[in-house]
Amino acid sequence: MAWVNAVIQGILTGGLYALFACGLSLMFGVMKVVNLAHGDLATVAGYVGVGVIAATHVPFLWSVPIVVAIMAVLGYVLQRSLLQAAISRGELITLIVTFGLSIVIENGLLQFFTANTRGIGTGSSLISASFSIGSQITIAWLDVVIFGLAIVVLLGLQYFLSGSKYGRLIRAVADDREAAQLSGADYRHVFGIAAAVAFATVALAGISYGMTTVIDPTSGTDTILLFAFAAVVIGGLGSLWGTLIGGIVLGVAQQIGAQINISDELLAGYIVFLAVLVIRPQGLTARRSES
Amino acid sequence: MSEGVAPGGRVESGMPLLEVHDLVVHHGQLRALSGISLRVYPGEVYAIIGANGAGKSTLLRTIAGLHHPTGGSIVYDGKNVTGVRPDKRATAGIVMVPEGRRLFPSLTLEENLKVGATYARPGPWTIGQVYDLFPWMKERRNQRTAQMSGGEQQSVAIGRALVANPRVLLLDELSLGLAPVIVQRIYGMLPQILASGVTVLLVEQDVSQAMRVATHLQCLLEGRTTLEGRPSDVTAEEVEAAYFGMGSSTSVDAKSPVRSAPDVEGGEA
Repeated sequence: MAWVNAVIQGILTGGLYALFACGLSLMFGVMKVVNLAHGDLATVAGYVGVGVIAATHVPFLWSVPIVVAIMAVLGYVLQRSLLQAAISRGELITLIVTFGLSIVIENGLLQFFTANTRGIGTGSSLISASFSIGSQITIAWLDVVIFGLAIVVLLGLQYFLSGSKYGRLIRAVADDREAAQLSGADYRHVFGIAAAVAFATVALAGISYGMTTVIDPTSGTDTILLFAFAAVVIGGLGSLWGTLIGGIVLGVAQQIGAQINISDELLAGYIVFLAVLVIRPQGLTARRSES
Repeated sequence: MSEGVAPGGRVESGMPLLEVHDLVVHHGQLRALSGISLRVYPGEVYAIIGANGAGKSTLLRTIAGLHHPTGGSIVYDGKNVTGVRPDKRATAGIVMVPEGRRLFPSLTLEENLKVGATYARPGPWTIGQVYDLFPWMKERRNQRTAQMSGGEQQSVAIGRALVANPRVLLLDELSLGLAPVIVQRIYGMLPQILASGVTVLLVEQDVSQAMRVATHLQCLLEGRTTLEGRPSDVTAEEVEAAYFGMGSSTSVDAKSPVRSAPDVEGGEA
């Protein structure tokens, strides 16, 4: 039963990892930006959530759309300014710029919020409520809610990318920037929209993380970015649902590792990550062949 | 035959729709265009011919805004657009069908057309009109274009440009990589496109094809104009000489009788 429990907990954690990963995957798929500040931006969203609740005393649920909106605007502005300037100078520059951004954010957070950990108070009993199946399996409602949120986010992204005007433009620009320009599309604006959407998911990732555990200025790189990368690579680059598959595989591997030996939790996750890189570098979900 | 201004032109026929003055374009150190000028009047089919590396595609891409000229200017509809971004030129009515089609491979046929229509000017062309022009598209509109033949892809590329309702349609090497029969069929659509009031500026390596459809002809050689005129006014010998740069100079440009400039010859990557 303990093993079944590990698998169930792993699957639910996979939802959180998918939330971490889908924004990273989107930014890479559209702009070819490997955003090393991705995790730190999620942490920023967590702190913004804490700040919004403290400053305005709105109920937790109201703070979520506010944080998402703030992060989306930040995403657009950051893309149109710093990231666009980096993109036009080459891929390596972009990598270095996001690395620098990561350092700046971490140290900025340390400066303003100290190294103390913080949690996002939901003000409801949901955060600790759970239900049991049999005597050995206990499932936290919060994990179920976050897993559900991940599904909703992925469905929303899929609907947005395939059905909406901007989704279509984003895919067109990702395919061929120059040809999209010849159709009248300002690709920099389209990049900005894509970044806004990615940052909105980053906001949800940061809030979810802040609810399941506590955040501190370094949790962005230490946890969120690494798990996001692992989930994206395991699932397959550029695949939306692949991030969920990757997240689940990573989550299950970690839980099973922890079941073997509590100190092997992270190790087991990275062993699977490396194994996928060696055996199936294109990821578990079959990616369409591109030239 | 020698019809200069086609019926249905919406602008006063006296004023050129597109003017290029002394255009100079460099690719790094290479000089690809050395002072090209042209005037395209409403309703014309203006063909640029020339061998590989003559600078034809560079000229068209510069007019579309994809290359920045080092000298000269581009005037469209009376306004200088030399420094205008390519997407702004497209929404103003200069729309290009790029060399090699350049469709969006992960999008379906219809999605490709929808992208073309997103920033369209008001005008006669709709996705429905394109389906009328190419009836086969309607059934296959949900297919990815990557699975289609070269001729079909070229048709989609033309459709994607048409739904933007261009005033000047730039066609870059339509015949490239296509069987002659398919090329004939695609050029066979030109009258219908012209009838909707679109002016066409095209680049073509296939001289006989260009001669058949053009109302005006300009031949480039190593970034310079070597011949210009109506197809009915030039002889095959003149075209041949201008195309290959052999024999007596047929250059209209008196300033450069021989290739005297120390430039490296213009070539396309």
